[in-house]
Amino acid sequence: MYNFNYHRPKDLAAAAALLQANENAKLMAGGQTLIPTLKQRLASPSDLIDLSDVDGLSGIERKGKHVQIGAMVTHAEVAASAVVRRAIPSLAELAEGIGDPAVRHRGTIGGSVANNDPAADYPAAVLALGASIFTNKREISADDFFKGLFETALEPDEIVTSVCFPVPVKAAYMKFPNPASRYALAGVFVAKRAKDVRVAVTGAGESGVFRVPAMERALDKKFAAKSIESIKVGEEGLVSDLHAQADYRAHLIGVMARRAVEAALKAT
Amino acid sequence: MPKITLTVNGRAVSTEVEGRTLLVELLRENLRLTGTHVGCDTSQCGCCVVHVNGKAVKACTMLALQAEGARVVTIEGLAPDGAPLHPMQEAFRQNHGLQCGFCTPGMIMTAIDLVNREGNDLDDSTIREGLEGNLCRCTGYQNIVKSIAAGARAMKGKKRPAAA
Ligand SMILES: Cc1cc2nc3c(=O)[nH]c(=O)nc-3n(C[C@H](O)[C@H](O)[C@H](O)COP(=O)(O)OP(=O)(O)OC[C@H]3O[C@@H](n4cnc5c(N)ncnc54)[C@H](O)[C@@H]3O)c2cc1C
Ligand code: FES
Ligand code: FES
Repeated sequence: MYNFNYHRPKDLAAAAALLQANENAKLMAGGQTLIPTLKQRLASPSDLIDLSDVDGLSGIERKGKHVQIGAMVTHAEVAASAVVRRAIPSLAELAEGIGDPAVRHRGTIGGSVANNDPAADYPAAVLALGASIFTNKREISADDFFKGLFETALEPDEIVTSVCFPVPVKAAYMKFPNPASRYALAGVFVAKRAKDVRVAVTGAGESGVFRVPAMERALDKKFAAKSIESIKVGEEGLVSDLHAQADYRAHLIGVMARRAVEAALKAT
Repeated sequence: MPKITLTVNGRAVSTEVEGRTLLVELLRENLRLTGTHVGCDTSQCGCCVVHVNGKAVKACTMLALQAEGARVVTIEGLAPDGAPLHPMQEAFRQNHGLQCGFCTPGMIMTAIDLVNREGNDLDDSTIREGLEGNLCRCTGYQNIVKSIAAGARAMKGKKRPAAA
């Protein structure tokens, strides 16, 4: 790991100022992705801005029909949150399935969405539930946020402050984890919302998380696993690597989607 | 160099580190607490697990500077030299929960964290899920799972805050 200057600002304005002043600066949340990246020298920031002490990035709050989660809230906190368990149990379960207990104690929701790893779990929930990402500058809808492999709509000096999830009618997440890394080979989040159904897939797409409109339309008509039995997801655009071929991932998406629908129906 | 102040196994520590110094390097190299091991250095094996403010973390995946002001407990903090072993350590000894012992400090710190979160009556699947981030190349895990179940029961009532 190359050395860097370490900063620990107390508020958002100071963190943003540090980002603006140092072109090669990087933010650090839980460090569970960034520190391994630094060790591999895939990133070599001049300055590291630790968000741990920044005010206003913690806490989980129910706000009417929404649940707002601060960017620095850890996966373990989401998994254990009574507020999340009651409003969106599928989200708590998703958080509980990320990595392992030690990773969940440090990894954060803000870091996870900002990183947009194509195999990460949160992007599927954010996209399927139609969440909003709040930053120090603006609000970005999930549909506009994820831009491809590790790419998001965030500007270089933009800081995620919270993620706000609308409470769905029913929802569930099913993940087929790579047995070694625990990352998703295919993970499907199905959300039945007041007016529509959304299905988002992670782990399988060459350009990250994506929706499956054919399944959404079918589930909109009738929310049952049978409705999507005959819907095939094409191999095009799916990842083929040493862990799984595209055709296998395409098959997994169907299986995980049906299981997610069944789990969502059972949950209520 | 940046300065850092923290508590390690109940002892106040103040020292200088580089930005890039990992918590595990601070523990092993600066403080000579070599019970915390580095098996992979890629966040996979869990040999480096310590408690930071009461929670299990991988010390190879945390900067020393991120532990500023924190309370850190390592395997050495569970039982002072010459004192009886911590119930979880004793359970590993009794149940043949280790062979080469390389993974053991991380296993034990992870196990105690699991008891803190899930209580003293742990079934096998809870224990196995709790060990998701810990690898052992020797035992085949059976006796580790047995040790943790026994250690968890033995910890009942003995609210012995690890190296407070
Ligand atoms: C062993 C292991 C297993 C894992 N398994 C899984 C898994 O199964 N599923 C899964 O989804 N993830 C998994 N992860 C990743 C984990 O969830 C990370 O915690 C997460 O991806 C990043 O969160 P972080 O808080 O650690 O971010 P960091 O590593 O600190 O940062 C990640 C990136 O986001 C940027 N960033 C961080 N916070 C902000 C912010 N507030 N605003 C703007 N940019 C920001 C950083 O600059 C950096 O580029 C695993 C990690 C490890 C080490
Ligand atoms: S050395 Fe830290 S997880 Fe392996
Ligand atoms: S006892 Fe040898 S690695 Fe676990």
